[in-house]
Amino acid sequence: MIEINNISMSFGDQQIIKDISTTFEKGKTNLIIGQSGSGKTVLMKCCIGLFDVDEGNINFDDRNFSKLSEKKRKSIRKEMGVLFQGGALFDSFSVEENVMFPLNMFTKMSDEEKMERVNDVLNHVNLPNAHKKFPSELSGGMIKRVAIARAISLRPNYLFCDEPNSGLDPKTAEMIDALISELTEQFDMTTVINTHDMNSVLQIGQKISYLYKGKLWWEGSNKEIMKTDNKELNDFVFSTELTRRLK
Amino acid sequence: MFNLADEIIINQIKKMKIIAEIGEYALLMFQAFRRPDKGKVFRRQLMMDFQDLGTNSIGIVAIISLFVGAIIAMQMAYNMDSPLLSENLVGFSTRQMMVLEFSPTIISLILAGKVGSSIASEIGTMRITEQIDALKVMGINPANYLILPKITAAVIYNPILIIFSIGLGIGGGWLACLFTGILPVTTYVNGVQAWYDPFTITYALIKTVVFAFIISSVSGFKGYTVKGGSVDVARSSTQAVVYSSILIIIFDLILTQLLLI
Repeated sequence: MIEINNISMSFGDQQIIKDISTTFEKGKTNLIIGQSGSGKTVLMKCCIGLFDVDEGNINFDDRNFSKLSEKKRKSIRKEMGVLFQGGALFDSFSVEENVMFPLNMFTKMSDEEKMERVNDVLNHVNLPNAHKKFPSELSGGMIKRVAIARAISLRPNYLFCDEPNSGLDPKTAEMIDALISELTEQFDMTTVINTHDMNSVLQIGQKISYLYKGKLWWEGSNKEIMKTDNKELNDFVFSTELTRRLK
Repeated sequence: MFNLADEIIINQIKKMKIIAEIGEYALLMFQAFRRPDKGKVFRRQLMMDFQDLGTNSIGIVAIISLFVGAIIAMQMAYNMDSPLLSENLVGFSTRQMMVLEFSPTIISLILAGKVGSSIASEIGTMRITEQIDALKVMGINPANYLILPKITAAVIYNPILIIFSIGLGIGGGWLACLFTGILPVTTYVNGVQAWYDPFTITYALIKTVVFAFIISSVSGFKGYTVKGGSVDVARSSTQAVVYSSILIIIFDLILTQLLLI
């Protein structure tokens, strides 16, 4: 479980996130939603330690990540898997080398054990025959799946996904959602997803946090979101004619 | 138009920006010069960088050195029409020019263009596509992982390239004498062997190592600190070449003053 306690963060004079407190629960897909500029990405980057918070703290299973030195953060980082918006695969490495990279850096596994793990995670993401391909030879959906495979190769306790569906067609986006949801359940991870995609919100949003102008505006599940009378949230989620009719 | 007060403020901001950039460079180097997380991974990166930055530059270094050596020998022979000057000076001058200036400095400037832009654009692209963030999130020191092997490869490989360049340049002069007949080959070889001071080679190698460090570290810094998109990567790549070239010339002057004068 990840606990966020009263965090705030600014760039210069501009306060991006203001006094946010929430929890991301273990074994669940926790979604952060909000308009562009609402602070979703900054919140996620604070959680994974790419930005330091000005106030408050972030606890990973009672370990205060915000107060630790970079050296001590390393042990928590090894328990994190991160899926970046564009995949962030290393261009000069093949799929196999990309997935094996965290294993090479942080484990003392033998070559056979590492290969076994690579085969296992690539099978999980339905890419059993892509080992020797390079990122430039992959489609958008395949890049996301390889990035997921790399993120879960160390069997993380926490999985962070930044806009996992951006740039994908609806069918592939649905498949990526299903995959993340399935992996969360199977590996009992605390998964945090940053998304704009309303299909994801309605299908896999076990816990949804809505950010509005840098503040946590609403929290609930995908069932509760259908019944809410929160004006700002309704304006965001049910902004199209189709979603209004659905409601 | 700016008035005097505005110009003073603008100049001060520019100065502060340069100081901030030097500070950022120093901090990045401090991060880069740490013990690598995994020796095996570092060695692998180093081998890849030997290939990318060193071996892949052999062709261009060979062609330029061979032709420039031949041209220097021909021009020396053509211009030395005084009977008071010994013909040995053609070989001697070719050797001295290759050893003292052409190979260490001009080849380093060429490498600043080839290798420097390659380093800056590679690391810059990694920055804008979040690959550096991915490394950081995994708990890896990205400056150490990406920049240290490149500096190490350049500092080890460039002296080899420069020795190779000196040899080929002198060989180019020999070939020019052989094929054009401007000078007897034996006279050229006698000139190459005349008045040899081994310290000139040490001087050339010291300069090469300093220039290799400048090329790889400045280009690594420019790539690492890119913000924005592909246009910014291209801009930082150009800046890497310009800054490296200027620093090479400045350090050439300083090292010549310190070591030769």
